[in-house]
Amino acid sequence: MKHAKLWSWIIFGLGAAYFLVPLLATVQFSLSIRRDTLSLDAYTNVLQAPAFQNTFGYSLIVGVATIIVGLLIVVPAAYFVRLRAPQLRPIIEFVTLLPLIIPPIILVFGYIRMYNSSSPLPLTNSVVGTNILLTLAYVALALPYMYRAVDTGLRTIDVQTLTEAANILGANTFTILMRVIFPNIIVAVLSGAFLTLAIVIGEFTIASLLNRPAFGVYMQNVGANRAYEPAALAVISFVITWGAMGMIQLLARFAPRTAARTD
Amino acid sequence: MTEEFLRIENLVKTFNGNTVVKGVDLSFNKGEFITLLGPSGCGKTTILRMVAGFERPTSGTILVEGKDISPLPPNQRKIGMVFQAYALFPNMNVEDNVGFGLKIAGVGKEETRARVEEMLRLIGLPGFGKRFPFEMSGGQQQRVALARAVAPKPRMLLLDEPLSALDAKIRVSLRQEIRAIQRELGITTMFVTHDQEEALSISDRIVVMSAGRVEQFGTPFEVYNKPTTKFVAGFVGTLNTLTAKVADAATKTVTIDGQRATVPALPASAKTGDVVNLTMRPEAVSLANGHARDIVLEGTVAAVNFLGSVIRLKVNLGQGTAIELDTFNDQRLPPPRHDEKVQVTLSGSDILVLGD
Repeated sequence: MKHAKLWSWIIFGLGAAYFLVPLLATVQFSLSIRRDTLSLDAYTNVLQAPAFQNTFGYSLIVGVATIIVGLLIVVPAAYFVRLRAPQLRPIIEFVTLLPLIIPPIILVFGYIRMYNSSSPLPLTNSVVGTNILLTLAYVALALPYMYRAVDTGLRTIDVQTLTEAANILGANTFTILMRVIFPNIIVAVLSGAFLTLAIVIGEFTIASLLNRPAFGVYMQNVGANRAYEPAALAVISFVITWGAMGMIQLLARFAPRTAARTD
Repeated sequence: MTEEFLRIENLVKTFNGNTVVKGVDLSFNKGEFITLLGPSGCGKTTILRMVAGFERPTSGTILVEGKDISPLPPNQRKIGMVFQAYALFPNMNVEDNVGFGLKIAGVGKEETRARVEEMLRLIGLPGFGKRFPFEMSGGQQQRVALARAVAPKPRMLLLDEPLSALDAKIRVSLRQEIRAIQRELGITTMFVTHDQEEALSISDRIVVMSAGRVEQFGTPFEVYNKPTTKFVAGFVGTLNTLTAKVADAATKTVTIDGQRATVPALPASAKTGDVVNLTMRPEAVSLANGHARDIVLEGTVAAVNFLGSVIRLKVNLGQGTAIELDTFNDQRLPPPRHDEKVQVTLSGSDILVLGD
């Protein structure tokens, strides 16, 4: 019994080391810009660089736009599939998984072919058009995570009965979605939103090939030309991702609780 | 004078070729408490859902106060509904749940607040406005659901097995509360249940359904005491069925497992040699104990079920024929023992003549 416990701890320790050692090494390296002393200079250089602020700000805006567009597509779609066409669920789930199967490089080449200057919808002709294309590409990229998060949220509530209860009280579909369904899956929605944000902030391939000044592209540029700053950037990126995950955990505590008591 | 409120005419509903409601005609009066009673799959909930607007009839009409409501979506029918699973909105507190319909209808803040308070008083939960559904018991949640349904003053109330998810004790007290509130508001109510005791205890009239058809529509007294079909008699309450052979049709004499008895209620169409089914309620049968009635049969006690105020006995009359009877619990008179020889008796008028 004691042996089993010891082995559990050893395996846990090895697993933790596998993740933590490279991370600690990166942190240690990012602090070693000065000889013989630890300093935050690499972080200061990164955070003060206008390119960092611009690219990070750009990715943040694209991330928020991706979340809004994604939610506008996914929430009603997942809701109607659950309510009216549950038989379509396997098909929808397969479609939402496609972005995981198709590599971003294929996706972006497809986009460029479809929306280049000689196509009927030449989105790549203008900056605004390319930004829209990038946002839509990110919506597709985040679809597996967003759909699953929203669908999981919908699974925790009795969608049909709540819809019918609100409907017979006079509410139309829009009111039901906004005031009954959405608030009850808000935590799941936010989980999807933070996952989307984490994906968008670090994405490189699509942004680079569409030639947009995104944070992922900036990280790659810095990585190619500097020594310590990329490590600092990696740590910052890690903190942002972990912060997003932490927010998901925190928000889960505020989820509306359903009750099926019989007493 | 009774005023017709709801009329259902030749209502049919088919799901993927399977007809679950087969030409139902019903008429309810204003302020009535009507129960649709039947086993699972008999079509009672489908009828309720068609009245609510959640299902579209395959054919037939639903008229409320003379107007066909079939083309109206649920949110324009002005009908309140309580669901089996409570269906309170988990993100809203009691106040917001009860006030939801009023808010949708554009009722002012002050009026909504006053109406919500009135409703909470009505259901006996004043001061519960700020609580969330998960903080309340199932019974309390269902009362809130009732308040939410009636708050916008609907013209009709639908109750879809609202007590099924509750404990037995809460179920009994809540059904009495529902009936009292319905009487106070005078609202026409359609209640769906598969529990015959529930139906008998709170309804003005009961619609007994089987396999998509109405078997009988009448008051609880009529449905229980004068069932028109074998199904109704068997579904509502317990029923004894004795197989008898007509020994002499002229004298209305039959034999039940070799015992002769005279049955005044024997149908005139019965001929000597025919096999007939005689049906009766357990409470129509009693131990003879020197008080013999029209029919006296001898048997052996096969089971004694002590139910508190009533004792239900099962008496074997012979090879394979058994009869159940109810006798009041008399503290001075202990019930017969298992295997004891007894005489059972019943009046000919208590034998039910049933159609199929």
